[in-house]
Amino acid sequence: MENRIFNKEMECMPRRELEALQLERLKSLVDYCERNSEFYSKRLAKAGVTADKIKSLSDIQYIPYTTKDDLRDTYPFGMISVPMEKIVRVHASSGTTGNPTVVAYTREDMENWSEQVARLAVAAGANAGTIVQICFGYGMFTGALGLHYGLEKIGAVVVPTSSGNTEKQLKFMRDFGTDAIVATPSYCMYLAEAARSMADKYPMEMYKLKYGILGSEGSTPEMRAEIEKHWGSGIFCTDNYGMSELNGPGMSGECMYRDGLHINEDHFLCETIDSASGSVLGKGETGELVVTNLTKRGLPMLRYRTKDITSINYDTCKCGRTSARMHKIIGRSDDMIKVRGVNVFPSQVESALIGMTEISPNYLIVLRRENYSDSMEVRVELIDSSLLDRYGELVALQKRIQDNIKNILGIAIKVSLVEPNSIERFTGKAKRVLDLRNQ
Amino acid sequence: MYIKQLSVFVENKDGRLAEITTIIANAGIDIRALSIADTTDFGILRLVVDKPYEAEDILKAAGLTVSLTDVIAIGIPDRPGGFAETITAVANKAVAVEYMYAFISREQDRAYLIMRVADNETAIAALRAQGCDLLDGESVYQL
Ligand SMILES: [Zn+2]
Repeated sequence: MENRIFNKEMECMPRRELEALQLERLKSLVDYCERNSEFYSKRLAKAGVTADKIKSLSDIQYIPYTTKDDLRDTYPFGMISVPMEKIVRVHASSGTTGNPTVVAYTREDMENWSEQVARLAVAAGANAGTIVQICFGYGMFTGALGLHYGLEKIGAVVVPTSSGNTEKQLKFMRDFGTDAIVATPSYCMYLAEAARSMADKYPMEMYKLKYGILGSEGSTPEMRAEIEKHWGSGIFCTDNYGMSELNGPGMSGECMYRDGLHINEDHFLCETIDSASGSVLGKGETGELVVTNLTKRGLPMLRYRTKDITSINYDTCKCGRTSARMHKIIGRSDDMIKVRGVNVFPSQVESALIGMTEISPNYLIVLRRENYSDSMEVRVELIDSSLLDRYGELVALQKRIQDNIKNILGIAIKVSLVEPNSIERFTGKAKRVLDLRNQ
Repeated sequence: MYIKQLSVFVENKDGRLAEITTIIANAGIDIRALSIADTTDFGILRLVVDKPYEAEDILKAAGLTVSLTDVIAIGIPDRPGGFAETITAVANKAVAVEYMYAFISREQDRAYLIMRVADNETAIAALRAQGCDLLDGESVYQL
């Protein structure tokens, strides 16, 4: 894969210059909010923050955080800072509880958003003439249209197939010679499996996929390897990250070196904070990602708490970009548990179990206090009856899972094999942790 | 020459073994032999029953992890040394024994040995040469 950069000036800017640009943009954003945002002008006044008080980037710490609840409380248009005739687009993300969160864009916001997506699309391998099938659902979600505009900007051939209708998706891929797809990792995998199941009729050689531009959910290196193996077309998959509150996809994305997601730092100022105390962490420290959208005007976003846990690496990448790279999301701050002083996310345990055919995808983490110390047990359901012949194979499986989890978490845990269906099923969001430490 | 044996994954918790054997009993299936290998956490219950395929279906329907395996059943004289002679026959051919368990029948002077070996054919040939009494499925299920 060729190492191409869409906007060298911005993506490879010396860090000192970049930080100066960020500071200038931050000041003008605060000034803008004071004058135009009813919501932020009150909040900034209450905190005693004015644009001329921002002297360095670290002064951002005086600005209060914005949360998803702020968007819900001001539903639908309470945080919009321009007259409605200046808004050219509205998106919304569905909340599982309460009001959806609505976001709005001016024409300039749309241009910035497209620019951000264009950069990550090029970093992911797309170029003018690349035939890209967008398999995200079109609609109120930002994913499909965000990628759509960014890809058009670079001159790619956009095929808006939207989600679903797998056979049609595969037919277009074969007939059009589709080079790249935009999808969630799980749908990309599903399509590959579906293609394989029809391989006697349509051999896998008929697919020319070279790039998987994956987003909307994170992928583990294992998942990615599985996807690449299943397609067998030499497809190269990269992750990108974003959320509707921060435009949508386009905040960050991986380059061909896949060593973290490059942040569009001229547009997004990122911090990591301690979720519990709200205090700002040092550079490179792992914590909740907080993002200020420096260029958005329709619905500005100051210090938005993403609830995603990551760390940021400020070293220059092998690709030449100077932009900082965020680590793949480790977990959600809501799900974080502390075991013997170590932060643990159920998603980390899940990543250790993924792809294991011996057990069901269901698991439960049980925390106990024994002799004044925390113990962690992970229960998994044994479903592979072929292991029953040799007792040693069950013990070996138990040990293998135990080692996998220990490698990821860095703490010793106990794995228990339990009978199928013995772990409670949930229809909504699964409850993965049973904390018995205070009993 | 083989008989069907059920292996069932069971958690080591109070009453679980009774529950599983009750499921089998309620289906009108008789247990001929039973053995359990376990640690503190889990075990593998091994069963020889009169209707192995039915038992497998019932246990699977109950949500359990179950497999059916071919094992060798041998009748041995219920007297000192009877067991040793049989084992020696297999050991001499260097056939690895995964596990085995014995049970005594209602018939007088006879015990039975259930054996799971790595190489069934070699083991059977060795046992035959020793003049061992190999049982087929039907005769074990009807014991
Ligand atoms: Zn890079």
